[in-house]
Amino acid sequence: MESALISGFQGLLLGVTNLGVAHVIMILIASLLLYLGISKGYEPLLLLPIGFGAILVNIPLAEMMGDDGFLRYFYNAGVRTEVFPLLIFLGIGAMTDFQPLLENPKIILLGAAGQFGIFLTLLLALALGFDKLDAVAVAIIGACDGPTAIYVSSKFAPHLLAAVSVAAYSYMSLVPLIQPPIMRFLTTEKERKIAMGVVRQPVSKTTKILFPIVVTIFASILAPKGAPLIGTVMLGNLMKESGVVDRLKRAAENEIANIVTLLLGLCIGATMEADQFLQAQTLLVLGLGFIAISLDTVVGVLFGKLMCLLTAGKINPLIGAAGISAFPMAARVVQVEGQKYNKKNYLLMHAMSANAGGQIGSVIAAAVMLSVLQGMGIVGG
Amino acid sequence: MDTWTFGWTLALIGMAGTMLVLWCLSLLILLLKKLFPYQPEEAASQKG
Repeated sequence: MESALISGFQGLLLGVTNLGVAHVIMILIASLLLYLGISKGYEPLLLLPIGFGAILVNIPLAEMMGDDGFLRYFYNAGVRTEVFPLLIFLGIGAMTDFQPLLENPKIILLGAAGQFGIFLTLLLALALGFDKLDAVAVAIIGACDGPTAIYVSSKFAPHLLAAVSVAAYSYMSLVPLIQPPIMRFLTTEKERKIAMGVVRQPVSKTTKILFPIVVTIFASILAPKGAPLIGTVMLGNLMKESGVVDRLKRAAENEIANIVTLLLGLCIGATMEADQFLQAQTLLVLGLGFIAISLDTVVGVLFGKLMCLLTAGKINPLIGAAGISAFPMAARVVQVEGQKYNKKNYLLMHAMSANAGGQIGSVIAAAVMLSVLQGMGIVGG
Repeated sequence: MDTWTFGWTLALIGMAGTMLVLWCLSLLILLLKKLFPYQPEEAASQKG
């Protein structure tokens, strides 16, 4: 009887005796994510489930990511299969209004320039000794687009998924802090004061409906490996613009997006196990992610300057900073910066065009990347 | 394929490819707008 009592009591203490320093550090990091999400409002929809998932997975002996763990079940079902990020894309497509872009299509080029940080960071990652596919996964943080980063990293470097996702979402929420100093450094006061006229070119409903169909067919044929990314965004947008499947559109942007966001966040948190996350490589990934998003802004603003030059000063280069996928945060940053130098300047609609271009651009950049990798034989066909 | 050949190839084709695809998309948008121009009646029917 006495030994049974001792054994039973020891069972209660097993969790405590197996708690290591690494677990404690990870629980503190997870608590920081929860704090940033809850108190600071940084991407709370993701940081809250990520932080909580990270706590769960670092409870000793709970084995949440063991073969029978409940987080492992969701991870295998939604992340390994890449279904979760694609369902998020469906919701994004249903929520996004491409009208500003359709009104002013040449601005889409800023959405391409805003992705160059991906490719420049790839070179940096390779220089720092990352393996080829690891470098691709790190560089994709420059897409400034959470689902794209998760899709690519879960495909090529699942061991980096946690670091890449945390970096992508953290820096996206820090865009209002990261971008303005770069924008000011690269532009003159005269350029920042340029007022852009109002572009009102109404778009027909037929054009809005055909746009997602044409983009899907054209871009998927050019970059077939990216068809799932492009296809889901554009399916969501077609549901919105067609106006005939309102129930499905509402489901995509509400129920589906909400459930998947919760499960995806938990799964990302679940990959933050101490032995995998507490490595020097994680710090490198976070550093390179910051560089990637900064380089996106640099190239976007420089391309804006080029467009300013080519249009004889009609384009304010600041809108180049909105050519990233952080929608609509980057556009708001441009509006705020523009108004600091010219109170009568309303850059928001132009910046929204660039920002919508950035959303398409990030997906296209990932699609092009996947197809080039396939062409080079780095990944299977 | 060595690391740098891989890196430069992916970076250059990636940047050029992204720019090219988006430029083509801008042309397609212009074409769609030309083929299906906005009709003022649409605004009236939307209001109605």
